[in-house]
Amino acid sequence: MRGRTVYAYALALGALLLLTAFAFAVGRFPLAPGELAALAANKLFGAGYAVAPTAETVVMQVRGPRILAALLVGAALAAAGTAYQGMFRNPLVSPDILGVSAGAALGAVLGIFFSQSALVIQLGAFAGGLAAVAVVYAVGANVRRHDPILALILAGIVIGTLLGSMIALLKYLADPYNQLPAITYWLLGSLAAVAPADIALAAPFALAGLVPLYLLRWRMNLLSLSDDEARALGVPVGRLRFAVVCAATLMTAAAVAISGIIGWIGLLIPHAARLLIGPEFSRLLPLSMVLGAAFLLAVDTLSRTIAPIEVPPGVLTALIGTPFFLWLFAVSRRTWQQ
Amino acid sequence: MAAVIEARALGYGYPDRPVGRDLGLELAAGDVLCVLGPNGGGKTTLFRTLLGLLPAQAGTVLLEGQALAAMPRGAIARRLGYVPQGHAAQFAFTVSEAVLMGRTAHVGLFAAPGAADREAAERAIRTLGIGELAARAVTELSGGERQLAMIARALAQGARALVLDEPTASLDFGNQVRVLREIRRLAAEGYAIVFSTHDPGQAFLAASRVLLLAQGGALRQGTPAEVITAENLRAVYGVEVRVDTVAGMRVCTPVL
Repeated sequence: MRGRTVYAYALALGALLLLTAFAFAVGRFPLAPGELAALAANKLFGAGYAVAPTAETVVMQVRGPRILAALLVGAALAAAGTAYQGMFRNPLVSPDILGVSAGAALGAVLGIFFSQSALVIQLGAFAGGLAAVAVVYAVGANVRRHDPILALILAGIVIGTLLGSMIALLKYLADPYNQLPAITYWLLGSLAAVAPADIALAAPFALAGLVPLYLLRWRMNLLSLSDDEARALGVPVGRLRFAVVCAATLMTAAAVAISGIIGWIGLLIPHAARLLIGPEFSRLLPLSMVLGAAFLLAVDTLSRTIAPIEVPPGVLTALIGTPFFLWLFAVSRRTWQQ
Repeated sequence: MAAVIEARALGYGYPDRPVGRDLGLELAAGDVLCVLGPNGGGKTTLFRTLLGLLPAQAGTVLLEGQALAAMPRGAIARRLGYVPQGHAAQFAFTVSEAVLMGRTAHVGLFAAPGAADREAAERAIRTLGIGELAARAVTELSGGERQLAMIARALAQGARALVLDEPTASLDFGNQVRVLREIRRLAAEGYAIVFSTHDPGQAFLAASRVLLLAQGGALRQGTPAEVITAENLRAVYGVEVRVDTVAGMRVCTPVL
């Protein structure tokens, strides 16, 4: 198992590095490897190579922030998905099970509907995601006499549907020439418009969510047992679950606020990581994040290069994700049981 | 010597649905209590109360002389090991990883298990003689192997007392015997053990005391020979049973 873990990490990190270099190089303004290397040397080690100013602008202002955003969002969604799949003891759970995406979408759509600035739309998405999960959690926690996990999931589905219908109403009422395309575009997810300031805003929240997950990384394993078992082994299950919900929600809301809704990563990537190195959370979490970052970077790079116009990554993740998921579903009988 | 597990005038169940009341228990090191009773007779409810998973409705539970109600989760886990009924494995943890989870109460909140914890888990695995299963996934084990792994996990908790909820349920004959043998061996090593079963004959094989629960909470408690009589079994299960002595062993045979 240890050899396999090292192998999987080496492969995933190698792929991530290659992909990052590739993503910097390709695009409407292609950069030669030599140019990239010179620029990297200048920026990282203060070397004085001559680099075309256009190349520097492309790397620092356009591709750099976008690549950073892809890495951040991919890693955050994968981490949240890994935590939720373990906690809900169900490998078919994704980070939006408790309504964070639906809440974020409503927040953003409200911002667009009232013609607010990009910053307000982002903040609306972030706050909407947090508020939706807070409501779901409060409902789930107050429904006694039911299995707490089931209560949470049901509350998430019901409130997610409610938010969905409110979004539909706003879309129906929105100006079809200005607002409706913006809403649709946001709901499909995109990293095209990410500015360095957006990343600076989202990254601290994503990190704040990651810290508790990292600290609790071994204890997270206990949440995959039944409540009685985990409690009998000494875990205050309710408190631990609350901490994990807060952490995963913070990460997802921060990610969704800058990228819009990008599905599949939180569902698919934890699966792939678990297939590679097993379910032990402290090993699984970092690998899942590396794979999530690499997957979204690959998808985003494709989305800006395969066609003259941008293909929304939210579309591509599903296009690539679906066959991959079905394949996993067929071969992964041994890593989990229903 | 103080009792390892003690219950005084214990009422267990739910506020609107009491299951049993006025139960007294006292188990010292080496005692094995077999809990018998019909489906829905409250065996699991009693166990959940002993483990502090369900608050006692009346009376007190003491673990090594201390009141259970005042103990934090970790303190309970270090005093009372638990083998759940039919552990449903969702993810393919290896047996060593699953047994290591028994060490939770000894591991700091933000820490991972250390060398001492790994040693304790390995010792528990060796005690149960399942070393060759250590690297296998719990989802791939047979029912009997999984039950032994769960007993190993309970031992890894480092407690002096164990609660096993129907440890032989849905096991084949050989594995039932293996689990009973482990119960006897652990008791001989000084563990205090409570287990439940649907087979009254197991009480004669492995238990020093029997608690017979009936619908409505009527209780009988004593040595196996005192409690497991044709009359008591008829009263609890509603069927005719003969209790005979065959080759020096007491056995129960249903009359069809």
